[in-house]
Amino acid sequence: MTEQQALQNYLLRLADSDMILGQRLCELCGKAPAVEEELALMNVALDLVGQARNWYEYAAELIDDGRDADKLCFLRDAHDYRNLLLVEQPNGDYAVTMARQFFFDVWHYFTMKSLENANDERIANIAAKAVKEATYHLRRSSEWVKRMGDGTEESHRRIQDAFDLLWRFTGELVTPDDTDHAMFKAGIGPDPEQLKKDWFGMVREVAAQATLTTGAEDAWMYMGGKKGVHTEHLGFILAEMQFLPRAYPDATTW
Amino acid sequence: MTEHEPSSVDVLIASDRVPANAHPELLTEEAIWELLDKVLDPEVPAVSVVELGIVRGLSWDGKHLSVDVTPTYSGCPATELIEELIAEALRAAGIRDPHINRVLTPAWTTDWITDEGREKLRVFGIAPPQGSASKMSLLGADEVVICPLCGSEHTERISEFGSTACKALYRCRDCLEPFDYFKCI
Repeated sequence: MTEQQALQNYLLRLADSDMILGQRLCELCGKAPAVEEELALMNVALDLVGQARNWYEYAAELIDDGRDADKLCFLRDAHDYRNLLLVEQPNGDYAVTMARQFFFDVWHYFTMKSLENANDERIANIAAKAVKEATYHLRRSSEWVKRMGDGTEESHRRIQDAFDLLWRFTGELVTPDDTDHAMFKAGIGPDPEQLKKDWFGMVREVAAQATLTTGAEDAWMYMGGKKGVHTEHLGFILAEMQFLPRAYPDATTW
Repeated sequence: MTEHEPSSVDVLIASDRVPANAHPELLTEEAIWELLDKVLDPEVPAVSVVELGIVRGLSWDGKHLSVDVTPTYSGCPATELIEELIAEALRAAGIRDPHINRVLTPAWTTDWITDEGREKLRVFGIAPPQGSASKMSLLGADEVVICPLCGSEHTERISEFGSTACKALYRCRDCLEPFDYFKCI
């Protein structure tokens, strides 16, 4: 794998994870438990889709095969998607939605914070913008984790169940592969060891305040999203998300 | 057939035309800034795009104009519309093919809103961002937000997000009115 391939791969991972989580959150449009929560979820989704577009645009320029950001997003199939398995997991109850968001936000925050200093100017600029939004998201999702964990008996049970359910998908966030190593070596991506330390550090700190327990760092983990091996959920997400541009490829206004 | 009433499409096309009596070459850079200062943010029409701090710079040689614009949020759905409104205002002043350049750096924060812009937000009923965005802590304490209607500090947050990407929802516990807060990032 050349450095150029690793970079393209890395950009698609960032874009796809933002996009799929944004799409998942949008499923709650019109169905959120309260209007304020709906506003919040849609705003977070909007930030993520906007960031995805920035990453897709850069990826499209580097891949340079005639596909633009829209084509990368709407005309690739599940095995070409590089998102984290965590973000394609169903919304579940609100505890699952917020636990998924929290695990992602911690990863997202530290990753963007590191990419802000990437020696690739375009990446640094996109990340400098994204980190402000990620900080805001993390503040909110960690507050929800604490409120539910340290709340009623039922809210505690639900968020603990959500932590237990989703823990198996978190290993992928902090387990580096060839692409991650190549990006770190190139002075672009975060130090994998540091990212792992930061992620566990903050997750455990918030979990402790929320009176929740987390799984083991060496627990068995589902992996594969970053390589295009997904859980059964992704195909359904793409089917809904990509239907319109695939059915009406010439449409310019939807 | 009755006399032709100009449809909205005609107006749209007309706005793309450079007025015959325009003399853009006489415009100074300052005059162009003043022109842009009349373009209002479509989502928060109390402030102009200049007061909001999203027009980052322009270069003008009497013929060719390039304007640097930065989005407030990565996914701000008004980005394209704002760029179009800016281009439209420039064309109306006679400037042909203004080039709108989207820049991401330095990233916009609420610190870019001018003092005048903050005051206009307050008068409009939107509490301006408090203090400096760079001093915000990640998991820090809630900030004190002053009610734009009665000036009370006795307010509470209803939601971290509001009707647009840039706002949060608050409520005043003295005058009991809900209000928007321009969230501090």
